[in-house]
Amino acid sequence: MNRKTFLNLAVGAGGAGFLASMVYPVLRFLLPAEQTEAQPDVLKVGTVKDFGDGASKILKFGRHPIIVIRDAKGGFHALSATCTHLDCIVQYKKDEDLVWCACHNGKYDLSGKNVSGPPPRPLDKYTVKVQGEDLLVLRETA
Amino acid sequence: MNGLLCSAFGWLDERFDVKGLVEFASHKRVPIHRGSVFYYAGGVCAFLFLLQVASGILLLMYYRVGTDASYESVRYIITKVPFGWLMRSVHSWGANLMVLFVFIHMLSVLFMKAYRKPRELTWVTGCALMGLAMAFGFSGYLLPWNELAYFATKVGTDIIGQVPLVGHFLLKIVRGGEEVTGATLSRFFGLHVAILPALLTSLMGVHLLFVQVQGMADTDKAKKTMPFFPNFILRDAILWLLVLNAVCALAVFLPWELGKKADALASAPAGIKPEWYFLAQYQFLKILPGKIGPVSGELVGIGVVSLAGLLFVAVPFWDRVLPEERRDRAVNLFGWVSLAVLAAMTVWGHLS
Repeated sequence: MNRKTFLNLAVGAGGAGFLASMVYPVLRFLLPAEQTEAQPDVLKVGTVKDFGDGASKILKFGRHPIIVIRDAKGGFHALSATCTHLDCIVQYKKDEDLVWCACHNGKYDLSGKNVSGPPPRPLDKYTVKVQGEDLLVLRETA
Repeated sequence: MNGLLCSAFGWLDERFDVKGLVEFASHKRVPIHRGSVFYYAGGVCAFLFLLQVASGILLLMYYRVGTDASYESVRYIITKVPFGWLMRSVHSWGANLMVLFVFIHMLSVLFMKAYRKPRELTWVTGCALMGLAMAFGFSGYLLPWNELAYFATKVGTDIIGQVPLVGHFLLKIVRGGEEVTGATLSRFFGLHVAILPALLTSLMGVHLLFVQVQGMADTDKAKKTMPFFPNFILRDAILWLLVLNAVCALAVFLPWELGKKADALASAPAGIKPEWYFLAQYQFLKILPGKIGPVSGELVGIGVVSLAGLLFVAVPFWDRVLPEERRDRAVNLFGWVSLAVLAAMTVWGHLS
């Protein structure tokens, strides 16, 4: 290696190191800190009386929104409320007895399965438990 | 007064050779032909950008950023601040018209083939300016923190998250976390009032410099020309005045609505749609199925839209490798098909 090549390499490596030392802290600064809060396993969503037939409610389970539905036959369902297509919040359509996303017309059945429109996968499912009069949603998937 | 102006001019000329600039402007000529009217579209874009800067600075006097302040401060602006409703509507309508005129400007340059050598980089900087104008629209849309803006931002930023390999990293940087929250609002505010104006102003300077150095493209080989200064610039000024009147009339007769405050626990409302300039992409994503073969429909959609954008930006480079006798027809076909698809998808998205 001659002196010119060596100097080019040394200056190039130094320049790259200098740039990296400038860019890395900026990128780390822009990237938000990871949330380390504990995620709850159970959420009390109200009492059975709060949900008439065909009623639904959107609540936060930890950091994620969930939708709790009481269908026309009186059965309870709890699903992730975030559409698997592009992140909109879904809603229960009583007349069609399904979960609907207004953003791109995605549809899911009450078990969370994507049945029509662009959603690529089902909604996450939660377990609903009736304990006396209280209605509980559990993280474990059914 | 005249003497004072003359001596001020002389003082400046001694230091900065202002006479040279005046000389340059007086020799610059604009071709006159059947497509000359489209030469004014670029100037209107620049004028609307200045209007956005002015109305945006005025709005900044009262706007406060935050999930508990943004919506309330915009409501305060439009209900309590004297002429606040006018400033906000001028800003919103001005943004829409700016995007419209950027489209007109780009399409006229495309169909007149004004991007051809030696103006390839003027075209590329123009495409980048169009991207920045749309980024302005997208980032500004969230700032009132209303329901429509909240879901538009959720969808728009989620699309960024679909980019292979770096998507999740970019999503967290853009949103300031996993979800659209106050952190996203702060970032969009910074982007809208500091980063994008700096980028757009610099790039517009480069774009205008290219236009000044190379002159107006004369693709029709016009026999007649007019002086840029004062003939063309005065015609430009008349059009700017007409556009200002149009913006004010729209702001007065069709004031921009504020809507409902964003609620992270509310379902997306029925009939939700993005702004008209994102409607075509929105409709395209809506009609794609969840999976196309082994790949997700969203990813295919993003790939197709990106490829179409890349083809558009690269027109000056693929156009020159085509046989000369087919070149004009190929570009015209590309332009008309793109325009027809965009228009059809936009109308479909609006009606569905």
